[in-house]
Amino acid sequence: MKSRLSTLAVAVSAFALFGAAGAVQADYPERDITYVIPFDPGGESDVTARFQEPILEEILGVGVNVTHRPGGGGAVAWSEFQNSAEPDGYEIIGVNIPHIIGQPIQRSDAGFETDDWEIITFFHSTPNALIVPEDSPFETLDDLVEYARENPEAVTLGGSGTYSANHLGALRLEREADIDVTYIPFSGTGPLPAALEGGHVSGIFNYTMLGVQMEDNARVLAVASEERVPALPDAPTFKEQGYDIVGGAYRGVAAPTGTPPEVIEVLEEAFAEANREITEKQEPLGFVMEYITGEEVDEVIGTLREAYGPILEAAD
Amino acid sequence: MEMLLEALASLMTFESLITVLVGVSAGLLIGSLPGLTATMALAVLLPFTFSMPPLQGLIALGAVYMGSIYGGAFTAILINTPGTPSSIATTFDGYPMARQGRAFEALAGATIASVIGGLVGVAFLLLLAPPLARWAVAFGPAEMFWVAMLGLTLVASLSSGSLLKGLLGGCVGMLLSTVGVSPVGGETRFTFGFPPLQGGIELIVALIGLFVIPELLTMAAEGKGALPQGDEFGKGEMRISRVARRVLGKPVNLIRSCLIGQIIAIIPGAGGNVTSLVAYNEARRFSRDPDSFGKGNLDGVVASESSNNVMVAGSMIPLLTLGIPGAPPDAIILGVLLLHGLRPGLDLFTETGVLTNGFILSMGLAALMLLPVGLLGAKLIYRVVIKTPYYFMVPFIAMVTMLGTFALRNSLLDVGIMLVLGTVGYFLRLIGIQAAPIVLGLILGGIAEEGYVQTMLAAVVDPIPWLRLVSNPLSKVLAGLVVLGAGTALLPMWLERSGRLRKASSGEEEKP
Repeated sequence: MKSRLSTLAVAVSAFALFGAAGAVQADYPERDITYVIPFDPGGESDVTARFQEPILEEILGVGVNVTHRPGGGGAVAWSEFQNSAEPDGYEIIGVNIPHIIGQPIQRSDAGFETDDWEIITFFHSTPNALIVPEDSPFETLDDLVEYARENPEAVTLGGSGTYSANHLGALRLEREADIDVTYIPFSGTGPLPAALEGGHVSGIFNYTMLGVQMEDNARVLAVASEERVPALPDAPTFKEQGYDIVGGAYRGVAAPTGTPPEVIEVLEEAFAEANREITEKQEPLGFVMEYITGEEVDEVIGTLREAYGPILEAAD
Repeated sequence: MEMLLEALASLMTFESLITVLVGVSAGLLIGSLPGLTATMALAVLLPFTFSMPPLQGLIALGAVYMGSIYGGAFTAILINTPGTPSSIATTFDGYPMARQGRAFEALAGATIASVIGGLVGVAFLLLLAPPLARWAVAFGPAEMFWVAMLGLTLVASLSSGSLLKGLLGGCVGMLLSTVGVSPVGGETRFTFGFPPLQGGIELIVALIGLFVIPELLTMAAEGKGALPQGDEFGKGEMRISRVARRVLGKPVNLIRSCLIGQIIAIIPGAGGNVTSLVAYNEARRFSRDPDSFGKGNLDGVVASESSNNVMVAGSMIPLLTLGIPGAPPDAIILGVLLLHGLRPGLDLFTETGVLTNGFILSMGLAALMLLPVGLLGAKLIYRVVIKTPYYFMVPFIAMVTMLGTFALRNSLLDVGIMLVLGTVGYFLRLIGIQAAPIVLGLILGGIAEEGYVQTMLAAVVDPIPWLRLVSNPLSKVLAGLVVLGAGTALLPMWLERSGRLRKASSGEEEKP
């Protein structure tokens, strides 16, 4: 509560200060920065931000206030941010792929656009992973594909959300392998272990993190990354098994359009340093650390938009 | 056993004891403020635990969790406002008791029930975690659909007076649950082209609006506080020992409520929001004097408060064994476990058994501390509530609820929704539609929808898809319970009506 109230106070005083301060100055940052997380506390985005917070504060020399603005799978915070955040570097927001690509295509009133901000960096990714229960008849990805080819729609794959990274991954598997499976969306990652353990789905299409978490009672058939992830050395990639599927969720942070490049640079370096310091904690959980900045950001978004766009538009 | 003793020893340090004491007190305070939930209390505490050793961090979280679930009872009893969703059912009898000048009896009863509930939950977690965990995963989409349906049959018994008005309230609630992004499919519904509405109507926002605002409007309209200016707190006809004897004198009610609390706590997703409602309903169904419920029966308070405190430790069973959060605050505890490199599973009970058992035992300690801390806190809060004139009370509560609503998601829109629902709720209450059925509809509408659609999706290859809803033994049993529940609620009413109709004149029967 205290942190929320102080955030409020900071936001109010920041607003009051803004008129006096005018254009952004060379010695950024001079006051506290608000870091909005568009999801509930306790999720991957929140936990990461909590890790980053003290390191960012140390590097930048000012307070970094993490606040939550959940709703609509992120859309509520993103539309508010694009409409009202000041481009002075004191308001930044967590951004996630594919959410920021998918929602504007899928919803007519998402309220935000994929490109209407300056993405500072994507600091990590969580590749998709295809996970089946320990007692599943599918020993390998090929087993599953073969069965699905003979029994269209009979294989049920649970995942987090609709047109999410998981869903899009499952759809790409359908295309690549020319099979027909039934994707069942759940509200978040939370209910998925129960669905798998209880045998309510044949498998789940989720992230590598869950594969690590369920190592003892589940099997990871394939991981959607370029190379095997360090936390799951025994799990093969889709690529190794002949399917060109690379994807998952990317998490990053953005500032409003028009934020001066010097400010972006300062933040970019701070986040990169934070990333280096928390690698040791995050990698064992199944995260893949990334340092995507500048033009690479557009490249990543462009590639994934090309991969996902047709699927999304076909579904619309 | 050795591990247990070692865990107990690690708990008996000055730091651990202080952590539990501070955690319980802080949780109690947060829980008693409308709008500040257990989940939020844990989220606020989260960053502080990073700097603590794993055990101390977990102890702090467990203590705050225990305290905040209990703290919800204070406001439920004193100002008819559930401080957390899990104490909705406490208002039904607790508030009438307070109005009759029996606030101390209600608060003391709630405290004793919470302590017992908390300890029972810890015992279940300690002794029966692995077998109960297997039971947790049996609840798939079809079962969740029936659980939600079972919850909705409560509407019939919650709507004292008119069944029609109760059902109407339930429907309003279910309709409210459809605003925003749909749980399955991801379409936006009823946002009217207004992007912020994609966030939907948050349960807590509706809860505050529907319970608090009508109460404040009533206080303001009547021009007096709701509670009688009674005698000195606790000095009245009831002493704590007498309340304790009354509560413990009805062990069946306690045992039943604790069992219900435990069963519901391990169903992932249903969580504590419904435990107290179900326990309350069953207490009434099995009571020899069901009509006294809702008018100030201590058994109602005991049922609600014991069941929701079982949930605190009880919902850790699927969490610690399988990594499945049973209730929303558990998601945050899962995050903390993972941060410290503790993977849920049986290893947690063997390899890191001292830590895990220490955490579990600390929750038992927290439950015990509810007794002194709770009774002291109850005394203070009661004094404040009773001494403050209504014209200070109403604006103060209004301000706290607005701040609480805003803090929930940092959203001004939520404050607006809360006020609109509150005003509408006031008028609905005037025509006899109560808040409880509406909130129940809002909680269960989403669960029912998700379960139904997921089941139907999985059944796409079946010749008759809806049969999938009753294909498992467990879903058959649950479906049977729904029919039974609806039957026992409707049958007496129907018999009474047809009996009355027979007695009535034939002229009346011709009227539609």
